[in-house]
Amino acid sequence: MSTDLHELPVTNVEPALVCGKQEDEYEVVYHKPATMVDTAMHYCPGCAHSLVHKLIMEVVEELDIQDKTVGVAPVGCSVFAYDYMDIDMSEAAHGRACAVATGIKRLMPEKYVFTYQGDGDLAAIGIAETLHAINRGENILIVFMNNAVYGMTSGQMAPTTLPGMHTTTSPDGRDVSFYGAPIKVSELMANLPGAFFVTRQAVNNPNAVRRTKKALLNAFKYQQLHKGTCIVEIIGNCPSNWKMTPVEAAKFIDEEMVKTFPLGDIKIPAAEDLKIF
Amino acid sequence: MTEYKLMKGNEALAEAAILAGCDAYFGYPITPQSEVLEYLAREMPKHNRIVMQAESEVASINMVYGAAGAGFRAMTSSSSPGISLMQEGISYIAGAELPCLLVNVNRAGPGLGTIQPGQGDYFQSTKGGGHGDYRMIVLAPASVQEMADFVFLGFDLADQYRNPVLILSDGAIGQMMEKVKFKPYTRPQTDKSSWATTGKPKTRGRNYITSLHIQPEKMEEHNKHLEEKFRKIRENEVRFEEINTSDADYLFVAYGLSARICQKAMDIARQKGIKAGLLRPITLYPYPYQRLNELASQVKMLLSVELNSGQMVEDVRLAVNGKRPVEFYGRMGGMMPTPEEIVHHLETLIQYHHVN
Repeated sequence: MSTDLHELPVTNVEPALVCGKQEDEYEVVYHKPATMVDTAMHYCPGCAHSLVHKLIMEVVEELDIQDKTVGVAPVGCSVFAYDYMDIDMSEAAHGRACAVATGIKRLMPEKYVFTYQGDGDLAAIGIAETLHAINRGENILIVFMNNAVYGMTSGQMAPTTLPGMHTTTSPDGRDVSFYGAPIKVSELMANLPGAFFVTRQAVNNPNAVRRTKKALLNAFKYQQLHKGTCIVEIIGNCPSNWKMTPVEAAKFIDEEMVKTFPLGDIKIPAAEDLKIF
Repeated sequence: MTEYKLMKGNEALAEAAILAGCDAYFGYPITPQSEVLEYLAREMPKHNRIVMQAESEVASINMVYGAAGAGFRAMTSSSSPGISLMQEGISYIAGAELPCLLVNVNRAGPGLGTIQPGQGDYFQSTKGGGHGDYRMIVLAPASVQEMADFVFLGFDLADQYRNPVLILSDGAIGQMMEKVKFKPYTRPQTDKSSWATTGKPKTRGRNYITSLHIQPEKMEEHNKHLEEKFRKIRENEVRFEEINTSDADYLFVAYGLSARICQKAMDIARQKGIKAGLLRPITLYPYPYQRLNELASQVKMLLSVELNSGQMVEDVRLAVNGKRPVEFYGRMGGMMPTPEEIVHHLETLIQYHHVN
């Protein structure tokens, strides 16, 4: 479906007139990537998705690969990603993003293909497709948004829900003796030979955002090498479903989430694999 | 000069896929259609095409979704339980209007059933096996030759209507060997650039593939658009074969393997002085309702013969609309009726209805 059929409210940005200065009198130190669609987002205040969307689009702009990039967003809050990212994209059924991405990438090996999946999608219903895509070493980037709940359906327990964490389907807290421990997907996937680069990052403070941006930039570049799958897990803030303010959610990541999901690189490419750079 | 070859139905279908310019095949082994994957695993790389054994039928159909969404000719094949697993993906493909070719080499069910041929997937194939309002074009081959021919036709129809096309075969047609001739094929030009996800150049807006329409007004609009497409398909794509219908008093209605058996039954009946004819639907969707209704005015009784407990017979009854008795004879579980058995049943029915 082409975009002209698709209508969303467009944000009207008035020309800046602040402190008596015209816009052109300022030095521009930052602009929103041109690869983002100029529109209001449906995401909740304090949600990580909008920020990560922007980081991905910054990378696409900086690498100048808009015409070579295809994204896949399966069911979840981010299924509407194609409303915001100004690139060719495909919706996917719940959990099937890696299979859809395989179909795209195998036919167009020179394109940059990424999936954008939540924890329910990737770690529960889609773990088979994810694991096998990585095991085949599909040259795709998996952006794995882990906020430990099902966001779109309003906060049910996910495979990554922390022990004791309250959700709408674990009202007394996740009982590990009943449901098992949260799956550390990135550690699991890093064991597969097809995984080329695996890292876990966050976007809950400016430094974390910069590190995530760097990880995404590298992961996109690594697709040129045809060496395997890159997985960038991002611990996402979900204030609405965590029943927290955005500030509390940002703190919760540092204080609680990282205990189960420590941040940092899990598998890095060997130096000889990166000679091209 | 094009030569006849002796081939298995599954292999003829696979060879036809290569000749039809299939860019990618994704599949998973299941009896009685594994030869398709095996043949293509051997032959596709020689043509620089993509062939992949996926981790499941669920993955296969979603790989097809990805490849078809990027504008390539993509296909998968399976047999009944595997096709059941694909239904979610098929619904998404129909919703997103992606052209692709699917093949079901029907075995007997339900459940794991048996690997022997059956026609128990008629409802699933023609009435929308997955969720939501959609239809597939369903082609029912009755010979190895048609296993090949319908691949070309199927891909072309899929492209023309931006809709999945299903070849509904069965274990016997898939496994048996017959002569087959691959006719010269010219692929119609189709421009997919307005919707395929190939990477957005600056010169156009972004393309995206989706079946999601969260606003009810938009969803209904999309449903109406799909229905309009299905109406055109019903108007233009009905295909069937008639044998000995001009003077027939009794009409067999059967597709695929059943039609082959009925052809022999018809000959035996005629030797006995019973004027039997055969209508063989080639497209199960769209179904030849109109022609059947016309023939119902002329014959005394219709007999639907199927390898199931009575599925297509419901469409025959819809077509005939009470004009004449519509009867059913079926075998199940991979059991085949003999032509004599069918004729015997026909004779019994003629006596029962006093229609001779």
